[in-house]
Amino acid sequence: MNLLNTFFNIPVLIDTFPLLLSGLLVTLEIGVTSIITGLAGGLFLALVRLYGPGPIPFLSKIYIDIFRSIPLLVLLIIVYYALPFVGIRFSPFVSAVVALTLVSSAYTAEIFRAGIEAIPHGQFEASQALGLSSRHMMVDVILPQAIRIVIPPLTNNCINVLKDTALASVVAMPDLLKQATQAQALAANPTPLIGAALIYVALLWPLVAIVARLEKHFGKDKRP
Amino acid sequence: MTPLIKISNLKKAYGIFTVLHGIDLDIAEGEVVCVIGPSGSGKSTLIRCINRLESFSDESSIVVDGVVVGPGEALAKVRAEVGMVFQSFNLFPHLTVLKNVMLAPMRVRGTKPAEAERKARELLARVGIAEQAEKYPGKLSGGQQQRVAIARALAMEPKVMLFDEPTSSLDPEMVGEVLDVMKSLAGTGVTMVVVTHEMGFARQVADRVIFMDGGRIIEQNTPSKIFDNPKEERTRSFLRSVLDH
Repeated sequence: MNLLNTFFNIPVLIDTFPLLLSGLLVTLEIGVTSIITGLAGGLFLALVRLYGPGPIPFLSKIYIDIFRSIPLLVLLIIVYYALPFVGIRFSPFVSAVVALTLVSSAYTAEIFRAGIEAIPHGQFEASQALGLSSRHMMVDVILPQAIRIVIPPLTNNCINVLKDTALASVVAMPDLLKQATQAQALAANPTPLIGAALIYVALLWPLVAIVARLEKHFGKDKRP
Repeated sequence: MTPLIKISNLKKAYGIFTVLHGIDLDIAEGEVVCVIGPSGSGKSTLIRCINRLESFSDESSIVVDGVVVGPGEALAKVRAEVGMVFQSFNLFPHLTVLKNVMLAPMRVRGTKPAEAERKARELLARVGIAEQAEKYPGKLSGGQQQRVAIARALAMEPKVMLFDEPTSSLDPEMVGEVLDVMKSLAGTGVTMVVVTHEMGFARQVADRVIFMDGGRIIEQNTPSKIFDNPKEERTRSFLRSVLDH
């Protein structure tokens, strides 16, 4: 009984539920924004890494390697607490989005690169032989095929970004985790934390299931 | 008359391995040229240089219809005029047969979709697969896929058609249908350069047969002279090995 009262206290959960939902909204705002900017940044990085002129592919590789190595929490703290020392001041929301985007675009770039490199060389040659410009070759021939390959790993990456939004609570962002810890302090009861955990699971479980289905679907798809 | 394709001193090397030792070759408008020779003789590399899918040495020059084939702006122009059919078809698997044929005219020539579709259906009918237009390439047999690839290249109304071993990856029973399409194409006046192992096709359709070995043109002549009375010993021994078995 004591355990139920401590972790699954229904009155406390009902009281704090609106707070948790407002936190969920912030979590989704940060997550969706970062996913979109991360996808765009990752595609850009992948393309310049594969086809950029001069030193650009090398610089892109350096970026990707660095931001895949740095722990997100460390990066977030640098962006929010260190950059103001050089006069760069971001709001908590922007700090969280910047840090998540920097890291997510590095991972996404590697996913897109693998997808593009998996397209048979003959597809590039056929496009060139027809006289298609590089842009049309990418947009009409290569990327539509690459995207089918990268959808499962990209969805996986989206799940990771959504989970990592919880780190934004350290820069005073009122996201789901932050609201839950605050509600816990107010109610002097950890039930809101359990509530937050359940909300995270409810949000991400369907995505995890979708990834599994996508992997199965695209896995059995025999390419000619 | 100036040749449609003028290849001068074409040299190509992969590191220390020389693939082409300074080829000189003129091809006239409307001519059907078959290139034969053993594997590794450089015949595929030769025709892949014509639309610069392979880069080549700076001392070499290829001119197609008055345009120098080099890196840069002019290359797109050359490629739009030069159709190519590959050994492995290389159709776009995510597009229907019809869209495969429509894509390049719309993107490169700016053809309106309705006009591109009309033209594509006409070409598909010409290569005998009008009824497969809405299918995806993966649902077609190899021979059908290669005929779509020919229609796709023809949709750009090229002056030159390059065929890089178009029947080499086909099951034997499908070789005929592709060769038939190529034969009828040869009758329309389009310039064709065909790398092939199909000696019967070369004999019957070519205006000129080129025998290559070791990155050089060893001998070239009309089909009857090459096949019935080859001058070079290397030509003779190659023809013996492919014809007598």
